[in-house]
Amino acid sequence: MTTIELKRVANALRQDIISMLVTSKSGHPGGSLSAAEIVATLFFQEMKINPQDPRWSDRDRFVLSKGHAAPVLYAALAEKGYFPKEELQGLRQTGRMLQGHPDMKKTPGVDMSTGSLGQGLSAANGMALAGKLDGKDYQVFALLGDGEMAEGQIWEAAMAAAHYKLDNVTAVLDFNGLQIDGTTDSVMCSTPLAEKWRAFCWHVIEVDGHDVDALVAAFAEAKQVKGSPTIIIAKTVKGKGVSFMENQAGWHGNAPSVEQGEQALKELREEALNLG
Amino acid sequence: MADKVATRDAYGKALLVLGAENPNVVVLDADLSKSTKTADFGKKYPERFFNMGIAEANLMGTAAGLAAAGKIPFASTFAIFAVGRAFEQIRNSIAYPKLNVKIAATHSGITVGEDGGSHQAIEDVAIMRAVPNMVVLVPADGEETRQVILAAAKYNGPVYIRMGRLAVPLLFGDDYHFEIGKANVLSEGTDVAIMANGVMVSMALEAAAELAIEGINVSVVNVASVKPLDEETIVRVAKQTKAIVTAEEHNIIGGLGSAIAEVLGERQPTPMVRVGLKDTFGESGRPEELLKKYGLTKADLVKAVHEVLAKKQR
Repeated sequence: MTTIELKRVANALRQDIISMLVTSKSGHPGGSLSAAEIVATLFFQEMKINPQDPRWSDRDRFVLSKGHAAPVLYAALAEKGYFPKEELQGLRQTGRMLQGHPDMKKTPGVDMSTGSLGQGLSAANGMALAGKLDGKDYQVFALLGDGEMAEGQIWEAAMAAAHYKLDNVTAVLDFNGLQIDGTTDSVMCSTPLAEKWRAFCWHVIEVDGHDVDALVAAFAEAKQVKGSPTIIIAKTVKGKGVSFMENQAGWHGNAPSVEQGEQALKELREEALNLG
Repeated sequence: MADKVATRDAYGKALLVLGAENPNVVVLDADLSKSTKTADFGKKYPERFFNMGIAEANLMGTAAGLAAAGKIPFASTFAIFAVGRAFEQIRNSIAYPKLNVKIAATHSGITVGEDGGSHQAIEDVAIMRAVPNMVVLVPADGEETRQVILAAAKYNGPVYIRMGRLAVPLLFGDDYHFEIGKANVLSEGTDVAIMANGVMVSMALEAAAELAIEGINVSVVNVASVKPLDEETIVRVAKQTKAIVTAEEHNIIGGLGSAIAEVLGERQPTPMVRVGLKDTFGESGRPEELLKKYGLTKADLVKAVHEVLAKKQR
């Protein structure tokens, strides 16, 4: 895809996120909006996947370790055709497939059930070990949140991925700097992050997480790295694309009202028009 | 007395059989492979053995990922670290998505011995039993362990297997047949039944022999499959004997005794006495001494049978 096409996809994902959350009256907008370019680039450019065959054994895998950002994943899966877009309006509703956090048993295209923070990278490592055992060349991508850097299991998994030389693992850190109780550095200081990951023997790439060209280049670089896993530390803005949500911790886990949703969609539609 | 073998040793041997049979079987350990007996698998199949270091949360999460990609992981460590440290990884990364991970835990119960109460898991069956999608198996001897491990590998889904450190008498030959969801009636009696698993099964058989001399006719039921539980056999034996003693090397809260009480309470109310740890932690000591101190001996079973027979006659 071209740069402009990927930007249009990210914009479409953001519109889907807002409309889903308005309907469900529940969910996490901030960390879903911050990851729109990352998820758009992965699902529409980088990943080798087939929506007609979600369990294709040679596919690239995606683990949403920051599982509360499920809306951005669901939007991407619907836009790719894993299930009808109407399903998005069933988010968090009883008896529907789109759970509050990703559920691999209920939703086609979800490779791992996640949501309890800190657990996704371990699962991604397991998939990568299996790929190596089976002589398959698939890649495993894990999207991590910066808040979950406080989870000890993340660092257990970081150590193990380097120990087992899992160069088929690429983690992306959605570094939006905010979590429920405030800025990540005020709640539990996890910076400097690049230095920490380098000390754990990972290849580290730092990018602007809203710059699709930079993301495409980072994924290409990650693929070339042999003998160690790569983490792309993507600096992002929580709530990106909706003026009143940007950089506001309060929009971590609150759904917009109908009026707020209309305002947000108006801004996003204007952005889409400006993209041409 | 018969030859003795620890269930963990039988586990190590069964893994070698599985390793040869099925290339998808992989083994993970957390720096305890010499104790959990997974080390021999690691020597024979190094490419399929992953030592994860002392990091049990990551051990379980990695096993989940391997299973999601089609492998059959056996994740091993001591029961206290598997169920205790990594409970929520087992719950959310393994059981919730019903992934095909076998949590093969050794060093359960007070027969861990000298390491003391911090290392003696006495609540693991209760915790694992409460998790949806989880199968819970507690083998009694080496042969049953072999069959449990092979059955767990054939079953598609999460399984918790509880094994011990201590060498225990060999009870069964290869004519024995273990099946997930089935209890085994080892001796049919009419006066009272002892329903046991793990290290308590051999003691139940010894107690039954002693009670026979007194003229008490004891049914001994080996309930290795705590979940799914063989309700039909339990209800049938309860109807026949009208008095039940349960025996487990586990807290009396939440384990085998509780599981049987739940079934009988609803389907066949029957006088019961539960033998197990009386809501207390263990301590350091020789396993045999601890079993005696905490009321888990043949003599305790004989006493419990007399108690339940008194209740029955009331």
